Amino acid sequence: MGQMKNFFGSRWGIISVGAFIGVLAPLLQKLGNPGNMGVCVACFERDIAGAIGLHRAGVVQYLRPEILGFVLGSLIAAYASKEFRPRAGSAPIVRFVLGAFAMIGALVFLGCPWRAMLRLSAGDWNAILGLLGLIGGIWIGTLFLKGGYNLGRSQKTYTSVGWLMPLIMLGFLVLLFMFPQVKGEAKNGILFYSTKGPGAMHAPIVISLIVSLAIGFLAQRSRFCTMGAFRDLILFRIPHLFYGVVALIAFAFLTNLILGQFHAGFANQPVAHTMHLWNFSGMVLAGLAFCLAGGCPGRQLFLAGEGDGDAAVFVLGMIVGAAFAHNFSLASSPRGVGPHGIAAVIIGLLVCSFIGLTMRQKA
Amino acid sequence: MPEIVDASGLSCPQPVLMTLNRIKALNKGEIEVLVDTETSKENVSRAAQSQGWEVAEVTESATGYRILIKKG
Repeated sequence: MGQMKNFFGSRWGIISVGAFIGVLAPLLQKLGNPGNMGVCVACFERDIAGAIGLHRAGVVQYLRPEILGFVLGSLIAAYASKEFRPRAGSAPIVRFVLGAFAMIGALVFLGCPWRAMLRLSAGDWNAILGLLGLIGGIWIGTLFLKGGYNLGRSQKTYTSVGWLMPLIMLGFLVLLFMFPQVKGEAKNGILFYSTKGPGAMHAPIVISLIVSLAIGFLAQRSRFCTMGAFRDLILFRIPHLFYGVVALIAFAFLTNLILGQFHAGFANQPVAHTMHLWNFSGMVLAGLAFCLAGGCPGRQLFLAGEGDGDAAVFVLGMIVGAAFAHNFSLASSPRGVGPHGIAAVIIGLLVCSFIGLTMRQKA
Repeated sequence: MPEIVDASGLSCPQPVLMTLNRIKALNKGEIEVLVDTETSKENVSRAAQSQGWEVAEVTESATGYRILIKKG
């Protein structure tokens, strides 16, 4: 394991993980996942919120196995490399709120940083606004970090605490197999399913699981993080994680070209709108929230898999945030922003600024 | 005696931020950084090396890692 560990922590390690995700995400779309949504963490957590009935937006309900695989793949990697460290207690309520607003911002744009990159690699130029917003939000977050913002220390805790999020995911997996989708039916047992829209589109469960377990494993080993990539570049001028996201975009672009999934333009992109200001602003909010919480939505899943109970709270915040986003009509649709999406972005920015300004450690 | 930066229990990017702040303040010498995860150990080592500091010693303890960095 030693040599392998060194490799994934190296420059070529992070590049190879980015490339791996970049190839497999568009392939999952070819196999059935929604357009430019190969492994969108925010979208898929939103679909999970729908599948368990936390919101009832009929077109986005599916218990996405990719999210389960990310956590469980990371768990396997953490145990294989003796890195499973149960820890918790670092401002959980703050992480929950940040998770909720990160999700709301992402759903105004219609995608998390992962999807922004996948959208860009498929020619959806609206993603340029989203990525600029993401970088802007992260930049604001680095100002708070420079000003002394700090979530506080976590404590080592019981092994069972670190296992709770993986166990929740295992529970979801059991539900998925107990109540599988019945063609044309909107519900089986306790799980909701979409009969049309993006929630009705998915790759075969077993393939999604295998791919996401592999991504979860590799991302835990390499510390792949789409937010950290920009944060480290802005804050420290350290490009290590940035190489990973460049590789993701480059390989996703090539894969989309080969698969005929590259269509350049702003209009008529899959599950996207063209309201530039709100594509930008939604991702400013998401970028700021991810930066204040210390990781992108994928990274939070991988941390939750290696025993970080605080990252697990952030994940739960995102899932609940998705429910709010759809129940309160905050989420966008291809027609544009939701009726209350703009207000939610403004409130989110105020809440994040309040957190960033007040949680400062005195020198 | 090395200066001590206690970043144990702190999540990303605090350990790197604290280490680089101390590096800037000292310019040279020895710093012992305490972290509790493998990720923080890798990040702190990478950041120190990017500033021309040498990772002299890494020791594992019950609560995490002690990273001794130095610059002559």
